[in-house]
This record gives sequence, structure tokens and C-alpha cells, in this order.
Amino acid sequence: MPHSPLLKVENLAFERDDNSVLENIDLSLNSGEIIQIEGANGSGKTTLLRLLTSALQPSAGNIFYKGSPIGECRYQYLSDMLYIGHQPAVKLTLTAEENLRWMVNSSAKTNQLSIADALAGVGLAGYSDIPCYTLSAGQHRRVALARLLISEAALWYLDEPFTAIDKQGVSFLESRLQEHLDSGGVVVLSSHQDLALNNLRKYSLNPPAGQVQ
Amino acid sequence: MANSLNSGFLAWLRRDLLLAYRRRGEAASPLVFFVMVSTLIPLGLTPESARLAEVAAGMIWVMALLATLLSVDGLFASDYQDGSLEQLLITPQLLPMPLLGKITAHWLTTGLPLTLVSPLLGLMLSLPASGYLPMICSLALGTACLSLTGAVGAALTVSLRKGGLLLSLLVMPLYMPVIIFGTATVTYAIDGLNWLPPLAILGALFAASIALCPLAAAGALRITSAN
Repeated sequence: MPHSPLLKVENLAFERDDNSVLENIDLSLNSGEIIQIEGANGSGKTTLLRLLTSALQPSAGNIFYKGSPIGECRYQYLSDMLYIGHQPAVKLTLTAEENLRWMVNSSAKTNQLSIADALAGVGLAGYSDIPCYTLSAGQHRRVALARLLISEAALWYLDEPFTAIDKQGVSFLESRLQEHLDSGGVVVLSSHQDLALNNLRKYSLNPPAGQVQ
Repeated sequence: MANSLNSGFLAWLRRDLLLAYRRRGEAASPLVFFVMVSTLIPLGLTPESARLAEVAAGMIWVMALLATLLSVDGLFASDYQDGSLEQLLITPQLLPMPLLGKITAHWLTTGLPLTLVSPLLGLMLSLPASGYLPMICSLALGTACLSLTGAVGAALTVSLRKGGLLLSLLVMPLYMPVIIFGTATVTYAIDGLNWLPPLAILGALFAASIALCPLAAAGALRITSAN
């Protein structure tokens, strides 16, 4: 039986209003591997991540999860996936604890870590019952990143996770990513930062042919 | 299955109710609009109770419809802006269930208060005594239809910068049967006719909307988020 990678992307393309945004994207990830998507602003990093989450439908190509197209194993694929988008999905009128509890409830695979411990883990101990509108942009991002401590999902898609995060936060996030990779997960992230992680591959997005470079 | 019901319908219902509670002032604005405009009618039209009684049913229904239309615009707007909608679209659960939770929360925070406060407005507009029970029944069913159909419009216009006007144009035709049979329920009762048939039609409209609108809203959200 041939060994199939955990995640495989074949010939993926996306068009918006007849303009090609992404073309010929091929990726293959075995467990324990991480891909960092690089590219200039507007080169389609967020679009590629959203295609991977299946929130966007590609105009061509396929995504395979454990060897089968994600259309055929949608429930398993989505339950095994964690996506933190460009917007941290934090509700300003809810407290950090309510926000995190809410995010965790809507994801399928979680470990036993308590909400309070996860918030403490991202440096938000003591902020749990304060409404999020009093927190800073970096702290909003930390609330969303606290999901990484609770999640047991194998596929992590992170869109610019280091935005507004301070130096300690970055090194904390790196060690958490390494831990996830060591336990057999995969990560696809977009970032302009240089990361110190094992098994890191970079994937550069170029503007599609025909466009002025 | 019970778990998926909990993480879908109940979780979003609870969350939206909590959000509405945290923004009580904003959440109460449709109700304030409803009461305020209705107090203006006797001033603008006539304080004579006989003439007011003729238009009371229709006026209350028009106000309820406008109040719902005002609030339904924001059903998905803040979720769209802060990225929660994106998270909702990739939950493994079936999308219509969380949406039904959101719509239920919307009805509990707009339609239900409007229904509960409507007898007070009936009093102000000298609604005949026989009209109260039919008014409450028809408003309870009718505002639920308005929330459900409004959600489809809100889902279709969520990605537009100024979707308010387009939303009104989209859902207005769908609101017409509701207001026709809603006012008919009340006026039939006032005229001493059997008011159950128009109410039954409202019930049928409600049954159709609760079955179809969450599905349509889910489809609409998938389309509008795909760009």
C-alpha cells in the first residue's frame, strides 16, 4: 500500500473575477512537517490558507487529506483542522475567558487543559474576566492563540500568527509549534518572520504569470 | 448527535444572547423605535379613538416590520468583521444549525420583546379589546418569520459595505405575505370574524421559513464569503 501524505495539494488554482490569484500550487505535507508560505503583500497567502480550510472553493485542483479528496471526508477533515485567520475572531464585549471557551466549544478535538490554564499559558493570567475591548491588539491575538494550547487537531493553518505579538510571545509560539510538530501534527503558516523550527520548508508565492512584477 | 446539537444550535444561541446582553442599549433600539414611533401616531394622525382603532392593527404591524428590518441588518455584520463568520463556515457541523441558533437569538431579542410590549401600544392606539389576543399570537408567529427571512437577506448582503438598502429591497417582497396575514388576523377578530384561518396561514409561513431559511442563509453565506 503506497504511503499517502497527511495533506496533499495538487495543481490548486483560484480565480477572482476572471483574474488568476493563484496557479499551480502543489504542496505535500507528512506528519511533523511545517510549511511557511512567503510572498509579497497581495500575493495570495491568505487566499491559499482559506482554500486549504475549504472556506473558499478552488477553481481547479484538489486537496487530499490522508489520501482522499476533502470533499469526501469533509467532517473528518474539518474536525482535524484548526484555523486562526487574519482576524482573531475575538468578540470585544466578551471577556477573554468567554471568547476562548466559545472558540474551543466550536472545535472538535481538544485536550483536557482548562480555559484558565490556557489563558495563563499565553500570558493572560488575571485578564480572564476583563472585557476584550480593554485589551490590546497583541492580547487579542494571544486570546486566539490560546486555542493552540487546547487543540488536538493535527492540521494547523495559521495566517500571520505573529502579528502584534512581542518577542517572548514569538518564542513561546515557536516552542508550541515545535511541540505540535514533534507529536506528528502539520502546520501551514504565512509569515514574514524567520522561524527556528525543524523540518521547516518555505513556499514562495509569486504573482501569477501575465501580471506586472 | 446531541453533542453536535449542543455545539451548533445551543452554543450560538447562548453566545448571541450573551452578546446582546452585553450591548443592552444597542439591542433595545428596535424596541425603543417601535414604542416611540407608535406614540407619534396619535399625535400625527388623530387622537380620536374611533379613527385610531381603525388603523391600530395595521400601524402596529408596520412598526413591528420596520423595527425587525432595522435590526436584522446587523445579524452577521459584526461576525463578518471580526472573523467569527469565517470560523463558523469551517465548523464540521452542519451550518444551518448554528444559523438557526443565531436567528433564534435575534427573535428572542427583537420579535419577542415587540410582541410582549404590543398590548401597551394597542392601548395607546385604542385597539378594540377583541384584537389583543390575535395581535399577540400573530406578532409572535409573524416576527419569527421576519427574523428567519431577514437572515437570508442579511447573509446575502453581509460582504457589502452598505448593504442596508439592498437588504430592504431583497426581503421586502418576502415580508409582504407576513404583514398581509398578520393584520388580517387582527382585523378579522375586531370585525367579529373567525381569525384562526389567517393565523393558520401565518403558521404555515412560519413552518416553511423555519425549514427553508436556515438552509438558504447557509448557502448564501457560502456564496458571499467565496471572494
